Amino acid sequence: MGSYVIRQVCLAAGVLLTAVIILFCLIYLVPGDPATIALGPRASAEQKELFRQQMGLDQPVPVQALRFLGNLARGDLGTDLLTRQPVAALVLGALPKTIVLALVGLGWAILLGIPLGCVSALRPNGWMDRLIGLFSTGVIALPSFLLAIYSLILFAVVLGWLPAMGAGEPGDLGDQIAHLVLPAFAVGLGWVGYIARLVRASLLETLQENHIRTYRAFGISDMRIALRFALPIAMIPVVAVIGVGLGNLLSGAVLVEVVFSRPGLGSLAHTAVTSRNSPVLVGTVLVTTLLYVGANLATDLIAALLDPRIRKEG
Amino acid sequence: MALTSEIGTSGAPATPAGTPPAWSGARRFLANPVGLIALVVVVGLAICALFAPWIAPYDPVKIAPRLRFQPPSWEHWLGTDQLGRDVLSRVIYGTGVALKVALSGTLAALALGAGLGIVAGLGRRAVDGALLLLCDAMRSLPLILFALAIIAIYGPSLTTLIGIIAFSMAPGYFRVVRNQVLVLRSMDFVTASQSMGASLPRIALTHLLPNLLGPIIVLIAMDIPAVIGIESGLSFLGQGIQPPDPSWGTMLSDGYSFIRQAPHLAIAAGLPVIVSTVAFTFLGEALRDVLDPKSGRGR
Repeated sequence: MGSYVIRQVCLAAGVLLTAVIILFCLIYLVPGDPATIALGPRASAEQKELFRQQMGLDQPVPVQALRFLGNLARGDLGTDLLTRQPVAALVLGALPKTIVLALVGLGWAILLGIPLGCVSALRPNGWMDRLIGLFSTGVIALPSFLLAIYSLILFAVVLGWLPAMGAGEPGDLGDQIAHLVLPAFAVGLGWVGYIARLVRASLLETLQENHIRTYRAFGISDMRIALRFALPIAMIPVVAVIGVGLGNLLSGAVLVEVVFSRPGLGSLAHTAVTSRNSPVLVGTVLVTTLLYVGANLATDLIAALLDPRIRKEG
Repeated sequence: MALTSEIGTSGAPATPAGTPPAWSGARRFLANPVGLIALVVVVGLAICALFAPWIAPYDPVKIAPRLRFQPPSWEHWLGTDQLGRDVLSRVIYGTGVALKVALSGTLAALALGAGLGIVAGLGRRAVDGALLLLCDAMRSLPLILFALAIIAIYGPSLTTLIGIIAFSMAPGYFRVVRNQVLVLRSMDFVTASQSMGASLPRIALTHLLPNLLGPIIVLIAMDIPAVIGIESGLSFLGQGIQPPDPSWGTMLSDGYSFIRQAPHLAIAAGLPVIVSTVAFTFLGEALRDVLDPKSGRGR
């Protein structure tokens, strides 16, 4: 286990460093003059010069690269071009709100997706399986921001059952939960289908294994075998695959936040992009990339902890 | 957000011999009603995209201030928008924009991913390892935020959009191509044809391409709905297709601004996004069952 952990941690660090280098190359090696591109052709020469100084673009590229990495290592993500606030504080202030939305969305999807996957796998190719399969495939590709707009129209505008905008009064938990229902629905629906399919496939594969045949020979009921013995094993690959999909979860949550005008990374990024405030946007990318790589490392390690076979293969 | 690109991209092992004849595959495809319906819808979308000027009842950018916010009627099936433009005509013209972005984006991703995949599969271990790391890093950048950061620097345009899509979708194709090249490299029949003097391009053409065609077609069909989602999402934020070009995403954004006044605008602009993403996903599923059964749903 020890060598597996070290290997995975090194790999994650390598991925993170490579991602940062890619970002650096895309930001700093812009063909043409970055100041003109960022500020538009109408910007004055002084504005451009100020921008270059602010972004450190007047230095040679290797110096810029080292400074970029050095700042990152110290947790300095640069400053907001408009308000002069440190980007790290802005992003870390918005991040928890987005994580809450993403986790609540993922949570209800897991609670519904696992039973659906089990029902499918217990009677493969039965009518329930076909129905769940159609539903799962249908919702998987639906953009969550579109679900957000539709549920906003139906439940907030037409029926008026739920609040449409914002995240609710701070301190009023009931109000905050009411404001979370529609966004979490929009973020999670695609995941219900995704998880149902993953659980079905993984459970069917596990049910083919030898030790399951042994349980069957002992006369244990199919239902009990599937839920008690096969499902825990089948969940291991599902955990790892959910880790890979977390980037999509975040992208969905970001757009849904904009639809419901909820404070969070989405609103931060949306305001930043309309004012071409690139340091803020790069900051959101850096922090979420770190989060994504960390979450994937965690799911990989959890999977390895639960299933010794993964450690040996690794 | 669309999740399809994550499923089944694990690179199915090769089926070097015994691929079923094309007609039996076609027959299996025709026997699947869901796939067939999806195919009809996709063909319909393609016809809308190609023949929009002949199909659309009105000019999609013609402004008629007196006809603002008309609800759906016999003259305007999906109503009119805040400038009095016919929504149905804009939806039909938007099909062309959406499919153009989806096709060029996935094909660019295919070119980039396949190129890197062949280099990784044929190259030394160090090259392979470096490219694997590169693709893992590319996948770890969160798509929408990354796209917004790039757009803030390079400005919103069709080229930026396609570049972002190519960049974020390429790792999927990279994996499929690389794994297939590695599998083939160790196959006896490839070694045999090499020893008989077959050139690399010839091996690529006779062995690599037929084995890759199926998985890649499936991957393209699965990526298209994801790309439609990304494009409409970015256009919804005002950072994708720029007005006055009719794009479903910008129409959604317009409809969203008037969501209380005229909810039919947002509903109408969302319908083609739903129809196209669902149709392409089911088409991809049906194609996978026929072309690439091993990576399909567990059986």
